Amino acid sequence: MKQLLVFVKKEFYQVFRDRRTLLIMFGLPVAQILLFGFALTSEVKNARIAISDNAVDVNSLQIIQKIRASSNFLVDSDPINPNQINTVLKKGDVKCVVIFPPGFGNDLIHLGNARVQIITDGSDPNTARTLLNYLTAIIADYQKEISTPEVLPYSIITETRMLYNEEGNGSLNFIPGVLALVLMIVCTALTSVAVVRERELGTMEVLLVSPFKPVMVLIAKAIPYLILSLVNFLLILLLCVWVLHVPILGSIVLLFLETILFILACLSFGLLISTITHSQQSALLLSIMGMMIPTLVFTGFLFPLENMPLIFRLISNLIPARWYYLIVKSIMLKGLGFEYVWKETLVLTGMTLVLLIISMKNFKTRLS
Amino acid sequence: MMMKYLLQKEFRQLFRDKAILAMMFVMPTVQLIIIPLAMNFDVKNINITVVDLDHSSLSQRLITKIGSSGYFRFINTSASYKEALQSIEKEEADLIMEIPDGFERNLVREGSQKISLSVDAINGTKASLGAGYLTTVMADFNQHVRADLDGHAIADGPVIDVTYSNWFNPSGEYKYYIVPGVLVLLLTMIGGFLSALNIVKEKEAGTMEQINVTPIKKWQFILGKMIPFWIMGMIVFSLGLLVTRLIYGIHPAGSLAVLYLFASVYLVALLGFGLLISTYSDNQLQAMFVAFFFMMIFMLMSGLFTSLESMPRWARTIADLTPITHFIKVVRMIMLKGSSLSDIKTELGYEVIFAILLNTWAIWNYKKTA
Repeated sequence: MKQLLVFVKKEFYQVFRDRRTLLIMFGLPVAQILLFGFALTSEVKNARIAISDNAVDVNSLQIIQKIRASSNFLVDSDPINPNQINTVLKKGDVKCVVIFPPGFGNDLIHLGNARVQIITDGSDPNTARTLLNYLTAIIADYQKEISTPEVLPYSIITETRMLYNEEGNGSLNFIPGVLALVLMIVCTALTSVAVVRERELGTMEVLLVSPFKPVMVLIAKAIPYLILSLVNFLLILLLCVWVLHVPILGSIVLLFLETILFILACLSFGLLISTITHSQQSALLLSIMGMMIPTLVFTGFLFPLENMPLIFRLISNLIPARWYYLIVKSIMLKGLGFEYVWKETLVLTGMTLVLLIISMKNFKTRLS
Repeated sequence: MMMKYLLQKEFRQLFRDKAILAMMFVMPTVQLIIIPLAMNFDVKNINITVVDLDHSSLSQRLITKIGSSGYFRFINTSASYKEALQSIEKEEADLIMEIPDGFERNLVREGSQKISLSVDAINGTKASLGAGYLTTVMADFNQHVRADLDGHAIADGPVIDVTYSNWFNPSGEYKYYIVPGVLVLLLTMIGGFLSALNIVKEKEAGTMEQINVTPIKKWQFILGKMIPFWIMGMIVFSLGLLVTRLIYGIHPAGSLAVLYLFASVYLVALLGFGLLISTYSDNQLQAMFVAFFFMMIFMLMSGLFTSLESMPRWARTIADLTPITHFIKVVRMIMLKGSSLSDIKTELGYEVIFAILLNTWAIWNYKKTA
């Protein structure tokens, strides 16, 4: 036990000696959570929209006025004529064009039926669809206003409640996602490099001839990173609560325990990478460049997992961040207890054990 | 003359490490083939659970109508709201629709009825699109019901028909949007990470000192690092274009020459950025972390996955200051809309400025004294 303490101390010295890396290690996740917490949103706001008003009458102007009033749109001040649409959309800033045909208001009042045409930039299909939804709602609203004020019979009114996110905070989903992503990449990279570096420098041999068990050498390496990652996590949580105003609804103790488990899983994964690579460069490239996009995609915070083909859903099960993301979402944002996350916890525990066993085995055969 | 030897050295180093060379070409190709298949954002399958307290023929009709709209998948029917909420907590359902007791009877008697929808709003896009679709389906259903109950259509007053078309991508397929973006991202990662690791590796290995004592000029050194990566980058880019064409069937609508012109300027800017990180770092871990930090920003703030306009002004300024934002925009413009050189000249201007600025900075910061 005393020996272990000595080794842990050595590792801590090594970590603290490199001030710059330490600064990066803490600064990076903090800056990222802040940036993304404020900047990322799944809503569509301030979309630039052009209007081709060939009618210029009371009704078309009233509708344009309504569109202008919405915070979702930024209406271009100069109206365009229909043969400019292609040019405008190709420039790429305008996402959508609304066209009022000649005699719009006249048709509407006298014939009781008029037509508005909307052309969207389909190269971004989701934004296109969302904008179309907004515009249709605005026009339907206007139609209701000008029609007879009496209440229509047999109306089915839908009331929509936004669960867990009443203010419609568009960045809520990204916080647990970015948290899982950053913790995973940072922990994996740190451990894999810590081991490979000792091997590159030849100091690993020195450690292994000491009367200390090889397993203990690895445990001693993992402890400082575990502690630093937890401090990091605490920092991120504080920022979430005080700066981003995202409350922690569930139990903080449970959240911490789950985080320790997740960090352990990542550390074991880093260990595994270190046993299969020979240089710092390849360890880093594998743990950061190789893992970044798969982790981002398969965590499920950007792209719904259930839309993926079966094979990808199976692959996503292998990514620890995916399970941690679910856990954080349930505990932090939904305020649920352990009975809702025990399955995910079990999976993470199993993963950690398997990763540890494989890397221990690799580690031993390598050195004999 | 000096350049020739320098380049010879760099190319030899590059070709010597077969593992890294393979990673450079295989990783982006494989990821480009696989990843876009997983990035399907078409919101089609919204899981819905129904609490039908009415059990009338009307509520059954409504449920059938929603089921046939194609956007929703019924996972179960719950006996109470509480039970339905459990499905949401377990992540099985995204949306609860609650039909109140006496819905059909009261609709006829009182003239109006409320149906409440509760959406899991943590994922904003899915929530708003899901609720949007459902509201549309209900409005349509409502018109039919009204016509049925009244026997004749009620004059609703003036009607505005909205017709729409999605240009450049009429069927609204997400792959056209995401594949060009992922291509740019992969190119950026390869170029950015490898160039960031490069100079710092020489520092750690000690070979930097040997170069410092030669009469090589600072700009020659940076240029010597740049050229091999630039060539590799262009090869990776061409491979990627081939994949988008063969696997995804996306043919660039615009001119390939303009695309290559832009890519070549972009690579100079990107590699300059990587080398700049490298000149500032003490060891490979640092370089990689700093590069990772910027890659995250590039990935999440460049408009690759989320729309740029929705971000606050300061975030848009940051996005404008990253070279990748303009490249992603331009690749989409050229490949999908067939935009011409004059459409993208502002973005090209940005990219040229980045290229000059970043490389000058890298040369300036590389000091030949240790």
